[in-house]
Amino acid sequence: MTQHVPNVNHRFNSLTINRLGLWLFLVSDASFFIALITSRFFVEGTSRPDHVNQALGLGLTVLLLLSSLTAYRAEAAAEHGDRKQAQKMLLATIAMGVIFIVGVAFEWYEALQHFPPSTGFGTILFTLTGVHVTHVATGVLALGFVYFQVRRSESDADSQWAVEGAVKWWHFVDVAWVFIYPTLYLVG
Amino acid sequence: MAAFFPLVRGLVYAAVGFAIGAGISLGITGLTGEPAKEPLIVLGYVFAVIGWLMGVGMWKAWGREWFGKSTSNNPSGGWERYLRFNTDHKVIGIQYLTSLAVVFLLAGLLAMVIRAELADSGQNLLTKTDYNTTMSLHGIMMIAVAVAAVMGGFSNFVLPLIIGAEDVAFPRINALSFWIVPPVVVMLLLSPLFGGFDTGWTAYPPLATQAATGALLFELAFLTFGISSILGGMNFIATIITQRAPGMTWGRLPIFAWSVLAASVISLTATQWVAYGLLMIIFERIFNMVFFSPPGGNALLYEHVFWFYSHPAVYIMILPAFGAELEIISHFARKPLFAYRWVVRSFALIVFLSFIVWAHHLFTSGMGENLHGPFMILTELISIPTGIVFLSALGTLWRSKLRLKVPLLFALGVVFNFTIGGLTGIFLADVATDISLQDTYFVVAHFHYTIMGGEIFAIFAAGYYWFPKITGRMYNETLGRIHFGLMFVLYNITFLAMFIPGSVGMNRRVAEYPPQYEFMNLIVSIAAFGLGLAFLPWIYNMLNSWIRGEKAPDNPWGAKTLEWQTSSPPPLENFHEMPKVTGDPYGYGDETVIHARFDPSTTASHQPAPAEGD
Repeated sequence: MTQHVPNVNHRFNSLTINRLGLWLFLVSDASFFIALITSRFFVEGTSRPDHVNQALGLGLTVLLLLSSLTAYRAEAAAEHGDRKQAQKMLLATIAMGVIFIVGVAFEWYEALQHFPPSTGFGTILFTLTGVHVTHVATGVLALGFVYFQVRRSESDADSQWAVEGAVKWWHFVDVAWVFIYPTLYLVG
Repeated sequence: MAAFFPLVRGLVYAAVGFAIGAGISLGITGLTGEPAKEPLIVLGYVFAVIGWLMGVGMWKAWGREWFGKSTSNNPSGGWERYLRFNTDHKVIGIQYLTSLAVVFLLAGLLAMVIRAELADSGQNLLTKTDYNTTMSLHGIMMIAVAVAAVMGGFSNFVLPLIIGAEDVAFPRINALSFWIVPPVVVMLLLSPLFGGFDTGWTAYPPLATQAATGALLFELAFLTFGISSILGGMNFIATIITQRAPGMTWGRLPIFAWSVLAASVISLTATQWVAYGLLMIIFERIFNMVFFSPPGGNALLYEHVFWFYSHPAVYIMILPAFGAELEIISHFARKPLFAYRWVVRSFALIVFLSFIVWAHHLFTSGMGENLHGPFMILTELISIPTGIVFLSALGTLWRSKLRLKVPLLFALGVVFNFTIGGLTGIFLADVATDISLQDTYFVVAHFHYTIMGGEIFAIFAAGYYWFPKITGRMYNETLGRIHFGLMFVLYNITFLAMFIPGSVGMNRRVAEYPPQYEFMNLIVSIAAFGLGLAFLPWIYNMLNSWIRGEKAPDNPWGAKTLEWQTSSPPPLENFHEMPKVTGDPYGYGDETVIHARFDPSTTASHQPAPAEGD
């Protein structure tokens, strides 16, 4: 296992560098969500159709916020060397992520009847939720990989960055939704 | 032959990926009605790119890790190391530079076709759609060269060396950002087979949503290129923050590193906006969404989103060019860089201002008129930091004994050309004059003065300057001078002459034009053909010197920066002994200023280390 890892000059350990890299990527990805949200106001102003399913929107929001809590617990458990608890919390997070994806599928099913993609609001709704649910899916995949890595790893240090990175990503996806939810469901 | 194995495997995996993506798409669209062509291309392409990446070596070097398997990655080797997923920043730099040289020459040939068509006023060589596709392809390919040759090519090769690092912060992401470029080129070159794209590289809707399938290929290619740019920017920022050699304080950071940092900030954040613009067009094409078409949509949205990236993008191109130019001028003038701190502040100010000037592209698009004044003033403000960069160049040159080598000649060319580019920009930033100059050849001549006269000249300066370090051989000075002389003179004739028909109203993006502009266009075309020929000595010089040139010394220019303090070409780990930075990189004329010392006791190690997620 030879790896070309620069390990001589820098005064930062790989964990710090990885954190910096992820944060930079989050800044970049956040610009994408800002662009998305801006376009809602450009195209549709603050108008909102009556058929928006408020119960579903609120439910999805609560679910995603809860999943951030379990993700946080998973990270804390991994940090304290409690790999059993970490696995349990990761699984809970993944499960909530999957339910969220199913929820969005139901949201789309309803939206297709009231505001299909060929309408202004439909365009915005499908794009915002579509881009976001793609992020959720990558998060679920990442958490899945991390779950197996935690189960496999011999020591806690092996999987520390993997857990932290995936959980940070999950929090980011969550925060993005915190802005998307009012943009779609509450404005207007 | 084994050397080509990763490429062949990449192609095979890409074909498999395309089949999978196309199959999924056929399944989905087949269920709901007629199988559709464009969703098939999109999904097939996405999977093909993943297949290609895994095939060229990403699976072995990275992907296996996700499944808990061991990874293997060998950055060393002979020439075959350039033909696979390789994490050595020097290899990646050379991969970028050689592939982009090919793209540059192809796009240059397209420019020759354009000038042949425009040599007389009639439309005789190409159909109008073909002309516009040619013009669009020339545009986007040159944009790709302008963004990636300096950011992907020279930054990759030089940046880690100049800051005394062993590699970039994320070597595997770096390799990834190169290997998603070949699909971009392939898609662009394939697009004429799918009806081309007659939209220009700006691809404004509604034309872009109605044009032939070739336009979809263009959108996908551009989007992929954006991903490469974002990852590259992230990598360079992290590298400059974390990988500097001991003692390389911010105040001792060479100006080229500062310029790359500034450009990286833009490519990290602004590129996402154009990605969104392109995605909206793709969605409108394949899902019938209505971002841009009434009722509901608004075509201005695209122009805002597009220029929110594409105006800052010109600073992704020009900032590292300025950095390289100042670097070269200081080393060849044998004088400290004049007003170093002010240049750094100017770079920061340019980055900031670049985000709030985009709407000067929309003066004639129907944007609210109350926005005209503010955007005019903000745009013209940019000439202040740019002027400081110029003053730094001039102050460094002032009363110096110049060593007139080819890199310096090109750097001086940048100063001359960009002055014209900058001054003509004032007419375009000014609302009153822009209203009549918008979309004329005046604009074309202006941006060729900034991007070609500014940045491409700086790329050639950088190319000659770092050639000995990159290849380990010296280029031929006489051929280099011939190249510079021909290119400088013919370039200026071509584009100075282009201002004239532009200023009296000749439209861009037309194959046919009123006969009164014919004479000047003929002059432009003849000079442009000469300009095309001016690259022949360069091609010969590069190829011949790389193969047969005399061996280059470690530091042929007597420069103080770190990349010249190691062997030519540098070893895998860049420095034989660890550098310790002790002084200014531009301390010429003062023997007491030593930029870096090397401590023999700290022999740089290239230890095998466990793979860490990066």
